[in-house]
Amino acid sequence: MNATGFSPKSATTDDIDWEKIRTDFPILKLKIDGKPLVYFDNAASSQMPQQIIDRLVRYQTAEHANINRAVHYLSEIATMEFHRARCKLQQFVNAEEDREIIFTSGTTDAINLVMHGYGRKFIKAGDEIILTTLEHHSNIVPWQMLASEKGAKIRVVPINDKGELEIDEYEKLFNERTKFVGLIHVSNALGTINPIKRMIDFAHQYSVPVLIDGAQAAPHLTIDVQALDCDFYVFSAHKLCGPTGVGMLYGKATLLEAMQPFKGGGDMIASVTFEKTIYNTIPHKFEAGTPPIAAAIGFGAAIDYLTAIGIERIAAYENTLLDYATACLNEIPGVKIIGTAAEKTAVISFTIDGIHPHDIGTILNQDGIAVRTGHHCAQPVMQRFNIPATSRASFAFYNKKSEVDTLVAGIKTVQKVFL
Amino acid sequence: MHTNSLYQEVILDHNRKPRNYGKLEHASHRATGHNPLCGDRLNISLQLNERDQIDAIAFEGESCAICKASASMMTAAVKGKSRLDAETLIHEFRELVTGKLDADNPHHLGRLTVFSGIRDLPTRVKCAILPWHTLHAALNSLENASTEADHDPASTVSSNT
Repeated sequence: MNATGFSPKSATTDDIDWEKIRTDFPILKLKIDGKPLVYFDNAASSQMPQQIIDRLVRYQTAEHANINRAVHYLSEIATMEFHRARCKLQQFVNAEEDREIIFTSGTTDAINLVMHGYGRKFIKAGDEIILTTLEHHSNIVPWQMLASEKGAKIRVVPINDKGELEIDEYEKLFNERTKFVGLIHVSNALGTINPIKRMIDFAHQYSVPVLIDGAQAAPHLTIDVQALDCDFYVFSAHKLCGPTGVGMLYGKATLLEAMQPFKGGGDMIASVTFEKTIYNTIPHKFEAGTPPIAAAIGFGAAIDYLTAIGIERIAAYENTLLDYATACLNEIPGVKIIGTAAEKTAVISFTIDGIHPHDIGTILNQDGIAVRTGHHCAQPVMQRFNIPATSRASFAFYNKKSEVDTLVAGIKTVQKVFL
Repeated sequence: MHTNSLYQEVILDHNRKPRNYGKLEHASHRATGHNPLCGDRLNISLQLNERDQIDAIAFEGESCAICKASASMMTAAVKGKSRLDAETLIHEFRELVTGKLDADNPHHLGRLTVFSGIRDLPTRVKCAILPWHTLHAALNSLENASTEADHDPASTVSSNT
């Protein structure tokens, strides 16, 4: 059971024609060196269906102008569509108000916004920030920068051998100096789903705000920020079949209002003189300059596309791929799966005895298979397992079992090359 | 198994049985190379004699097959060569893997041309070139090398790392 109280394994996928959904994605027809593309790098970035591509084309051909400014037709329609995208995100995460949704350039940008807007204002020398071993570098480095600027301290929650957070250790880290928690919802390197509801509740006993990095969770789990009672929740569009260059920050209105702006410029002001500038209200206070209008509208279209299928059905289908692939890889001698948490999304990180992940990635690529190889921007996870890198296959709802068979054959080819 | 343009037998052989693997007890020059893309590290130690020739050379470290084979073949190629000839090979190997080698002009790479296929895989060029950057650093008494621009022997050689 994950934090939202929904178990993906309980949903049914029988009423969906997954083969037909696959045809929505033109890129999946590509051949790589004559081999059909097998795209298993979805945790890095997912592919875009024709419906969203069409939405972007429609915007650029019939709706584009700058927003929040002019009174002409195109500006009105662009402003309205941009606002509609914000409302779609509000519904998607079940935020109480649309002004609690801030458009950012992505997850990293959203975390940096919170670090500058909240952290630089409220974190002081001697304060402690709790992070976990599972964090992506984007939820480590901004807080290290803040800690070094302020003289604050980073405390780290360890993980066990399965790649699960040690919750007892997390709870022991709290004291009167604890002022912030940064927590990844789903590990990008291992797929572990963290018990964030319990962890948020615990932090709130100490009145400590919690930021959830949902970059890997949003494509697979139902998110309800009110039920979670998280203070901040962030993710990117491009892992949800949307465009790159846009992401979102959910923040509780009271917190967003108390925070200082991140970037200064147009749109984030109420009035400017050289003596004094009065900042605009939220969300505009945090959206300086012309935002990625087209990408934000594409983000909204992506939310429509995914919710039409249903995130729960998507997760349930992906879990059938995960279970199948896990069973297949466990049968190959020399292959070791890193990250065996009881609650996982459809991500398999693995090593092959005696073969470097970069060699694995290059040889799999010759069979048209796209996996990620490296440290996955999560070097503390690699250090915990005492490995420099892994290969990672991450599945989406447009993947199929026969592609898992191609991966299994590809891994056997890799082993033959290095025999 | 299909034809494999990059992982040719000579490369696989040097990966399986790397030549000059280890560390020299007495070395006149040492350097550590680092590829931040994958975290791979490589140590090179070598002994230059009074005539500026490489009497002995060894390498060690955890790395991918391309990097290890490149290091193994490099050490075999430069052993007994003068510092100047080694620098020429470093330059020519760099030109080879970045697709800039002029095939009409004579070069000294010999069997090292098995790495030519890597020019089509830009993300792997750094794997092949790391040992050569590290050798260049060692010959120039720099302690550290990297695959990144500051340590690129094609850019100006700098004495501060």
